[in-house]
Amino acid sequence: MAMVSSCLLSLSCVLPAMAAGVPVCADGASPSPTMFAPRSIPAQKILDVSWFVWGICGLIFLIMAALILWCIIKYRQKPGDDTEAPQIYGSNPIELAWTIIPTVIVFVLFLVSARTIFEIDHTSPPPNSLEITVVGHQWWWEFDYPDQGFVTANELHVPLTRNGQSVPIYLTLESNDVIHSFWVPQLAGKTDVVPNRLNHLWLQPTMTGTYVGQCAEYCGTQHANMLITVVVHEEDDFNDWVTNQQTDAVDDPSVTEGRSLFLQTSCINCHRVRGTPANGTFAPDLTHLMSRSVIGAGVVANTPENLNTWVFDPQMIKPGCRMPSMKLSPEEVKEVVSYLLTLK
Amino acid sequence: MSATPTSPATPLLSPPEAMSQAMDSGKCGMLCLICSEITFFGTLLAVYLFYIGKDPAGTPTPSEVLEVSAAPMKVVFNSFFLLTSSIWITLAVRSLRKGAMGAFAFWWLLTILFGAEFLVGTGLEWYGMIADQGLTIRTNLFGSGFYTVVGFHAAHVTIGLFLLSLVFVLTLLGFMHKRHAEKIELLSWYWHFVDGIWIAVFTIVYIIGR
Amino acid sequence: MKTLQQPGHGNGSEYSRAPFLSRLHEWIATTDHKKLGVMYVSTGLIFFLIGGLEATMMRWQLAVPGNTVLSPEDFNRLFTMHGTTMVFLVGMPILLGVANYFVPLQIGARDLAFPRLNAFGFWLFLFGGLLLYFSYFGAQGLYGMGSAPDVGWFAYAPLTERTYSRGHSTDYWILGLLVSSFGSIATGINLITTILTMRCRGMTLMKMPLLVWLMLIDAILIMIAMPPLAAAQVMLLFDRLMGAHFFDPQGGGSAVLWQNLFWFFGHPEVYILILPAFAYVSEIIPVFCRKVIFGYPLMVAATVSIGFISLGVWVHHMFALGLSPMVNTIFMGSTFLIAIPTGIKMFNWVGTMFGGKIRFDTPMLFSTGFLAMFLIGGLTGIMLATVPFDWQVSDSYFVVGHFHYVLFGGLVFAIFAAIYYWFPKVTGKMLSESLGKCQFWLLFIGFNLTFGPMHVSGMLGMPRRIYTYHADRGWELWNMLSSIGVLIQIAGVLFFVWNVIRSLRSGKKAGADPWDAWTLEWSTTSPPPEYNFEEEPVVYSRRPLWDKKHPEDPDWKYE
Repeated sequence: MAMVSSCLLSLSCVLPAMAAGVPVCADGASPSPTMFAPRSIPAQKILDVSWFVWGICGLIFLIMAALILWCIIKYRQKPGDDTEAPQIYGSNPIELAWTIIPTVIVFVLFLVSARTIFEIDHTSPPPNSLEITVVGHQWWWEFDYPDQGFVTANELHVPLTRNGQSVPIYLTLESNDVIHSFWVPQLAGKTDVVPNRLNHLWLQPTMTGTYVGQCAEYCGTQHANMLITVVVHEEDDFNDWVTNQQTDAVDDPSVTEGRSLFLQTSCINCHRVRGTPANGTFAPDLTHLMSRSVIGAGVVANTPENLNTWVFDPQMIKPGCRMPSMKLSPEEVKEVVSYLLTLK
Repeated sequence: MSATPTSPATPLLSPPEAMSQAMDSGKCGMLCLICSEITFFGTLLAVYLFYIGKDPAGTPTPSEVLEVSAAPMKVVFNSFFLLTSSIWITLAVRSLRKGAMGAFAFWWLLTILFGAEFLVGTGLEWYGMIADQGLTIRTNLFGSGFYTVVGFHAAHVTIGLFLLSLVFVLTLLGFMHKRHAEKIELLSWYWHFVDGIWIAVFTIVYIIGR
Repeated sequence: MKTLQQPGHGNGSEYSRAPFLSRLHEWIATTDHKKLGVMYVSTGLIFFLIGGLEATMMRWQLAVPGNTVLSPEDFNRLFTMHGTTMVFLVGMPILLGVANYFVPLQIGARDLAFPRLNAFGFWLFLFGGLLLYFSYFGAQGLYGMGSAPDVGWFAYAPLTERTYSRGHSTDYWILGLLVSSFGSIATGINLITTILTMRCRGMTLMKMPLLVWLMLIDAILIMIAMPPLAAAQVMLLFDRLMGAHFFDPQGGGSAVLWQNLFWFFGHPEVYILILPAFAYVSEIIPVFCRKVIFGYPLMVAATVSIGFISLGVWVHHMFALGLSPMVNTIFMGSTFLIAIPTGIKMFNWVGTMFGGKIRFDTPMLFSTGFLAMFLIGGLTGIMLATVPFDWQVSDSYFVVGHFHYVLFGGLVFAIFAAIYYWFPKVTGKMLSESLGKCQFWLLFIGFNLTFGPMHVSGMLGMPRRIYTYHADRGWELWNMLSSIGVLIQIAGVLFFVWNVIRSLRSGKKAGADPWDAWTLEWSTTSPPPEYNFEEEPVVYSRRPLWDKKHPEDPDWKYE
């Protein structure tokens, strides 16, 4: 029932949004990754030029469709009429006209679009940007905040302003393995994440909220479940979030059993939990796992139940993903999960 | 094209219109084949050019390897054989047109021998590179590119030699005749193309690439 | 040694009395362009049904979010095989088959320039296709991990490298296509040579039917654009089997290079697919509007321009790759440029309809459907050429919608138009008009219902090639509509299959010229005799049969 109503809710948000660019569900519930509700400067620029090209194409469509319909209706062969039509071999003026007019239209489109390309494509960080490195993995996202000194996964948090000023977010995009693509439609167009190559993407949010996207370049089995969540905070909220991320992992004495089990199992080969010996870089950083709303790069919500299933056998939730089942007994899984639940 | 009609029936066809064949179909087909092969080799060579200089330090570079085991003289020596074989094959075709079967057989055999020398030389060069220099197709980008480009060229030479040998056997058995000159000329075009590709490969791999 | 052929062979009673094995042998050993044409088209249509089955399964999986009909691995194999099948095993053979059959007839020749090469090309295509499908059984490899390829029809590196693509599935993709494409290149060379050297007397280049012009440019594109794919594929094969580093980023290779090489082939490939559609429609529309094609010289010029420019637009498939703004802008420019001659062709077709006397028999229905669908697909193409918009919808369902409008609504509709138009010539029997009309409307409605909504889900953020999606993204309605449309299309295709079977058995006799058309193939019997023409025809204009039927007002006075 809840699913149905949230379905309807998202539909009722989406349809008018498509038509008029009205904000989509600003409360963050069931956000839809629509390009029609831009919440960032580059996304807005893209939408502006898109209306222009849709307008032109729409006009051409109406004219051509009208002409075709006209011909279908007016020039149907009358029953019983066996004669040929007047043979018109061509007409130089008409053909010239319909060569020149499209050329002009296309030229105008070209100029307008070229200007937008150069406005959006920043090959170096704008002044006062927040620089974040995005690393695409099969099938999750790593987010490095080099200036702030921590690494997180799958959820990107950025501020709306810094010192009261709108802050450009400059992403450096890298890949750990194959080609992926970073796409959050409400914030920017997509840019591919390519191994052995550094790409860049500029975002500049204009409204707080939660925005979603996902990988947009086929990258293997679980390409479909490589989701992205971007949370745009007010300045103070963001600073609080950063401070939390910068601290080492919580060391809750009530879960020592789970903690030592975690550290003894090969979890630490892949995962990092800062402040413990776990220093793996192959898999998501778990230091503040519970500050995230989803696990498995968005495949399921971050709830104790799902965590339990995941730790028991990730293949049950995300078949084909790179994490194997650690063959822990159900009790051991419970211990480990109770430890993970403290990593806020 | 307007021509004055001679009668209510049909206009007079001017000579170009009256002729349906501008070029013999064998020649056209062989030219098309050569065109498609040029785009194939063009792609391989473009990739080779793209990767020049992109290898990390510490792996064999073109200047090291091609200096030593190919030693400019050796590859020039081989190229001399391949490129002059183009002359011999042209002479062979001319002889065949005249009906001089003996001369044809002689020049044709010379072409085959010179082409075979090129292959042998290439083989020896590769042996040196692999055994002494340790350069294989998997060593680095230079290795991958080199063996692919030169290898495909050598494969085309091999195919050419096979066809040339077939013709030579037919000549020995007495089946070749002056009237086959057109078809043999097409085969010689293929051979010239193979030589032409070698000029491109040589320039890019041994001159520019170093 | 050829078996003795009789005139009028294949059209009646004497033929059906021959023993089955000798009839089979005739087809297997044939070098006759007409038989090969039929073989090409029939095999292509069978692969079309297979590809359609693959698509149906995918749409079943995607009908609702979180569906579990297919595993991710199976889905990924399906979209790879669907794309590869439709492009290489349906589009290519059908267009080469129709060209095979009708180019010699339209230029007054007896066969293609190299009949044995022609047969060789067909068998290469068939065995390449079978090799690709054998991967389902044979690709297990050492780790037991292979099956059909699952890397997408454009097989981006480094996903296709040995590290990320275990087993031999990608090797089958490479080898199956290498074999097939050799066949296509051979037939392309054959067509060019035929058209340039075997036209009958009086047929200068500017007097050739538009189908012949379009197939000439098409064959030239095949000749130029397919070898680079072969080169890229052998380099990938060397990477996978011999440890080379062409596309291996960890060895210094470049993933971007694969994309450049692939799309340098890939973009001309889509023009290779669509030019024949233009060809069929350019033949059919004039006949069913009872009017000469409007602006023949401009049509030729537009065709040549399209062929030429198509070699220079390939980076528009890579706008999101992070290339420099200057590169993106240049290729946006060339892509806009190619829209101009394409638009011109649309205008000329409509100009032909204007003032005509249109008969809406099934070939014309499908041609009109082509005009409408290609209009939409072409316009979404212009939208995609706009780089900033492309940055949003590249690699999303918007693109899937776009290319299905041009390749299905465009090419496949034109193929059905061609089949209805030329089936009588090939078999001597008419296809049923009423079944044809049912097929058309079912396909038209089903097609639009499936692919129209994809533009919406793409703009709402749905990427391509995902085996499932979450319920809260707002994509359910559009996916459900798409999946329902498939059922309607299946009905349409079934009508077609039934139409073909029934008409072959008991269709109305066609006669030499059932449509009152004007090009040379209609001057032969239906089906034509083995040798096509008793005497080499002589032509004086672009429509030799118009001249014969209207001696008081021949074309050569006006051309």
